[in-house]
Amino acid sequence: MAKYKIVHYLNQFFGQIGGEEEANIAPKVEDGSIGPGNAFNNALGDKAEIVKTIICGDSYFNENKDEVQAAIKEKLNEINPDMVIAGPAFNAGRYGMACGGVAEVAYELGITVVSGIYPENPGYDMYKQYAYFVETSDSAAGMRSALPNMADLVKTYIEKEGELGLPEEEGYLPRGIRKNIFADQRGSKRAVEMLVAKLKDKDFKSEYPMPNFDRVDPVDPLENVKDAKIALVTSGGIVPKGNPDHIESSSASKYGKYSIDEIYEMTPETHETAHGGYDPVYANEDPNCVLPVDVLRDMENDGKIGKLHDYYYSTVGNGTSVANAKAYAQEIAQELQEDGVQAVILTST
Amino acid sequence: MVKEIERAGIPVVHIATVIPISKTVGANRIIPAVAIPHPLGDPKLAKAKQKEIRKVLVEKALDALQTPIDTQTVFE
Repeated sequence: MAKYKIVHYLNQFFGQIGGEEEANIAPKVEDGSIGPGNAFNNALGDKAEIVKTIICGDSYFNENKDEVQAAIKEKLNEINPDMVIAGPAFNAGRYGMACGGVAEVAYELGITVVSGIYPENPGYDMYKQYAYFVETSDSAAGMRSALPNMADLVKTYIEKEGELGLPEEEGYLPRGIRKNIFADQRGSKRAVEMLVAKLKDKDFKSEYPMPNFDRVDPVDPLENVKDAKIALVTSGGIVPKGNPDHIESSSASKYGKYSIDEIYEMTPETHETAHGGYDPVYANEDPNCVLPVDVLRDMENDGKIGKLHDYYYSTVGNGTSVANAKAYAQEIAQELQEDGVQAVILTST
Repeated sequence: MVKEIERAGIPVVHIATVIPISKTVGANRIIPAVAIPHPLGDPKLAKAKQKEIRKVLVEKALDALQTPIDTQTVFE
């Protein structure tokens, strides 16, 4: 069997171009493998080889999705690979969305995609039907197990000529698609057995897990914003200069509550960002571009809003677990209610 | 975070650049922002001009907070 021809997708960081300051680069193609791609090539042996690597900045991809997808589609058409490997992206939100976006394009071209992702990464839920996503840890510290797990799945896929078994058998995350298979027992019998097990408080496994739609219905709107007390909350990591609470640049373990009483605008002298997931240059130069205190103060003075709440809340939404974000927001919401805040503007980077 | 604040009964408007993420995390009122590292400003422009852009976005956000909706809505 001929060697599988693979195209590898990487962001600017793993593509060894640079950090956040390079997150705005447009997609480009390099020959051969780069960074984690070298490890894939070693693990894949004579079965498959990364022939080209496509690299794109995480911000560029997400801000110009249609354009980037069209460019990648063209490049995949030119290279005509047997498979695409994307990432692994771990819990990096923009990178996960990019890997998923690449998978969507490859899927349209009929090219199989293997990627690696942390299940809470929004890229997984959004694009799960387009790729075989191997579960990884939430940070790149898990690279050592992510790479062999992804390589194993690629090898199995090649060995089985694309006829992969169920997610848990082969080691990929559920794709939310249904496939016809032959079962030993007919449906009615399986259903009754499940019901009996449930009645006996025994373990059973549903054949159709219910999707988890955790949605909150929209709250009634403000009647008149001119009378309302409005608070600012951000996941963009804006903190007083020096980051007094030491909020981490990624996977934040806390949030901060900071007074803006008597502050009329954010300045580079008083505030900065603690966020490690985007290029901080702009936010440090003008923190108002993440937390619009200046504009809201003007509106308060002009009577366009009732009052800007004396405190703002901030955390770093970079690789932060859903459970933590949820807990922070519950505490914040309770305080805001106690302080009589009627509406919130939440900004994200 | 948007979802938990809204769950507590406080209307929230989410100003964010990557709309699909905003939708996935369950924001109901969404305002598309300028760019990931500077959602409410554009460093290519002069300071005063940037503030104007920011003002337009915040005004949109305030309008969104006063608009009745039944489902996730992007206020373009």
